[in-house]
Amino acid sequence: MLLALILVPLLAAFLAMAIPSNRWRPWVLVPASLIHLALAVSSLSLAAPSTSGWLALDPPGRLVLLTLSVLFVICSFYSIGYLRYRTELSNRVFVMCLLIFLAMTTLVTCARHLGLMWVAVEATALTTAPLIYFNRTPRSLEATWKYLLIGSVGIAIALLGSFFLAYASLGHGGKPSLFFDDLLARAPLLNKSWLEAAFVLLLVGYGTKMGLAPMHTWKPDAYGEAPGVVGALLAGGLTNCAFLALLRIHHICQAAGESPYTSRLMIFIGLFSMAVAAVFMVGQRDIKRMLAYSSIEHMGILVLGAGIGGPAIFGALLHMINNGMTKGVLFLSAGNIHRAYDSKTTDDVRGAISRLPFSGTLFLLGFFAITGSPPFGPFVSEFTILTGALTRGRFIAGACFLLLLLVIFIGMGRTVLTVVQGRPLRGSKRTAYRDGLFTGFPILLSLCIVLLLGVHIPAFLNAMLRDAANFLEVRP
Amino acid sequence: MRIRFFIDVEVSVNSSINAVLVFVLLLNLFLLGTSRIRALIHGAALQGVLLSVMPLLVQKHFGMLPLFIAIATLLLKGSVIPSMLLKALRDAKIKREVEPLIGLVPTMLLGALGTAISIAFASHLAVAPEHADTLIIPAAFSTVLTGFLLLITRIKAISQVIGYLILENGIYIFGMLLLEAVPLLVELGILLDLFVGIFVVSIIIHHIYREFASLDTRHLVALKD
Repeated sequence: MLLALILVPLLAAFLAMAIPSNRWRPWVLVPASLIHLALAVSSLSLAAPSTSGWLALDPPGRLVLLTLSVLFVICSFYSIGYLRYRTELSNRVFVMCLLIFLAMTTLVTCARHLGLMWVAVEATALTTAPLIYFNRTPRSLEATWKYLLIGSVGIAIALLGSFFLAYASLGHGGKPSLFFDDLLARAPLLNKSWLEAAFVLLLVGYGTKMGLAPMHTWKPDAYGEAPGVVGALLAGGLTNCAFLALLRIHHICQAAGESPYTSRLMIFIGLFSMAVAAVFMVGQRDIKRMLAYSSIEHMGILVLGAGIGGPAIFGALLHMINNGMTKGVLFLSAGNIHRAYDSKTTDDVRGAISRLPFSGTLFLLGFFAITGSPPFGPFVSEFTILTGALTRGRFIAGACFLLLLLVIFIGMGRTVLTVVQGRPLRGSKRTAYRDGLFTGFPILLSLCIVLLLGVHIPAFLNAMLRDAANFLEVRP
Repeated sequence: MRIRFFIDVEVSVNSSINAVLVFVLLLNLFLLGTSRIRALIHGAALQGVLLSVMPLLVQKHFGMLPLFIAIATLLLKGSVIPSMLLKALRDAKIKREVEPLIGLVPTMLLGALGTAISIAFASHLAVAPEHADTLIIPAAFSTVLTGFLLLITRIKAISQVIGYLILENGIYIFGMLLLEAVPLLVELGILLDLFVGIFVVSIIIHHIYREFASLDTRHLVALKD
């Protein structure tokens, strides 16, 4: 079952390679993503992970897989509309890489071996490089180079961290192991100094992939130059996978009794990421770069929630879903605005609502959602994290969290309102782009999910979230 | 008498591991000291060949797994990746690294200092007794450090890629302590990722050269806040 989840997108990628027509090739994405979603939903009811298997879905993995699959369905419909406007470029590599990306991120969610998970994360990094370079401009080339270099070094550090973790399990007559289940079972026996070093390296390594400050420098460049649909998949899919990796490692450290040390580190780096994002978001003129900093902020929130623990874990997991879906709304609508104005800075883009009533409105609503305004989902999850911070006695962290959210709301609001309000500047370029069924409707669907999560969390999702929070909290 | 014999074998194995690692460390210093990119690639290839012997030396019982890893490493790090980089170099028609921000001699001294610190540091770590008298841990740290130094100080795109390669070599050396924990599938996966990574990077390098008519990464400064 899990193997099929990975093989379906891979087979679809081969199919995409074989189809000669640039026009019909993107249609492969739709059946592949729908089959993937159907398989993902049916695999949610599978039994709890059996021990010593390579592939199994743990409760947090299920959440990430479901989010990823839904987001990919939305992006695959959008891609059809998007690629109609990009007929001058061959989309063979683009479609193939999207599908391989789906396969590899799925592998991350169900890998039970640290090494296998590492291989999958690295593979996602490599498949996204051609996606970022899709526009073939010098700027996208620079972004791809920085992404590859910084990302590869970060992920190499994560490999060293994984090896350190295996070395910590050496001794006591046991063989070193990289299976999560072995490491969890043996957690109290792990060598403390190797474990602490391993955690730091893994936090830096997977943190680079997530885009936590100060390892975030590739992110504004890559998100700024990549097509909107790639930005949505990176900010809503890949970063969640890296967060999942961190959650699993944090879980091992907690089981080993290291939680005071690891929690402090995670709270610090979470708040620091939010602060860096706030600084660069105030006065940001490029809307896609602004979204990249927003992604850095929300990665900070996730790590902060995981570091605080207790009820905040539930909040962080919910926020992971909310952020993924809302980033879908924002990146896809920003992509439409970019296409309609042939520019993505506030110097040229004004009056988006009057030129693109549909995308402009969705962009504005997405902004309200991501900054935590009710009635959207992120409000609920951020509130849960705040409550968690206060009930766990982390008052200073809670206060910083609120203050930074406020600064970011103001900073981001200024840019977004400049973009959507007023009338288009006289003499600003007008392209042939109009909102269509494929480029508009998927964004609306994504926003509806965000709204639903804010109003009422469905019972099955609530049960899954509880499961995952309990799994991560309780010592096995 | 029998016991004595086994101890001797163990000691001689350890000393041959150490001999290989000493060569690896010397190569690190050579890489930091050279400005010719061709020599840099050849040095990295030689290091790859040396590293491919390691799995055969560290194994306790003869098995197929270390043999596979050794062959895969030899092919990839000793031949395929260096020839991809040499091709990229030929296409770009450059020979030398421009004078780095921190000069060659200072980086070489930094590398030597880093090696000394790694050896001193490793002796303080809680190391399993069977690894206590090998150079594996200090050599791994020192090679990782060399990779970082190359990445930070070099300006040409190809030299930075070699820095990444050396960084990965350091992690590979550390992985030799864990041959049992890392199954063949994962080991091959890591090597495959490395291969695809270098492949993608060399395509990007080709595009950088076509776009800017140079491999100088100082051209890549358009994106900033």
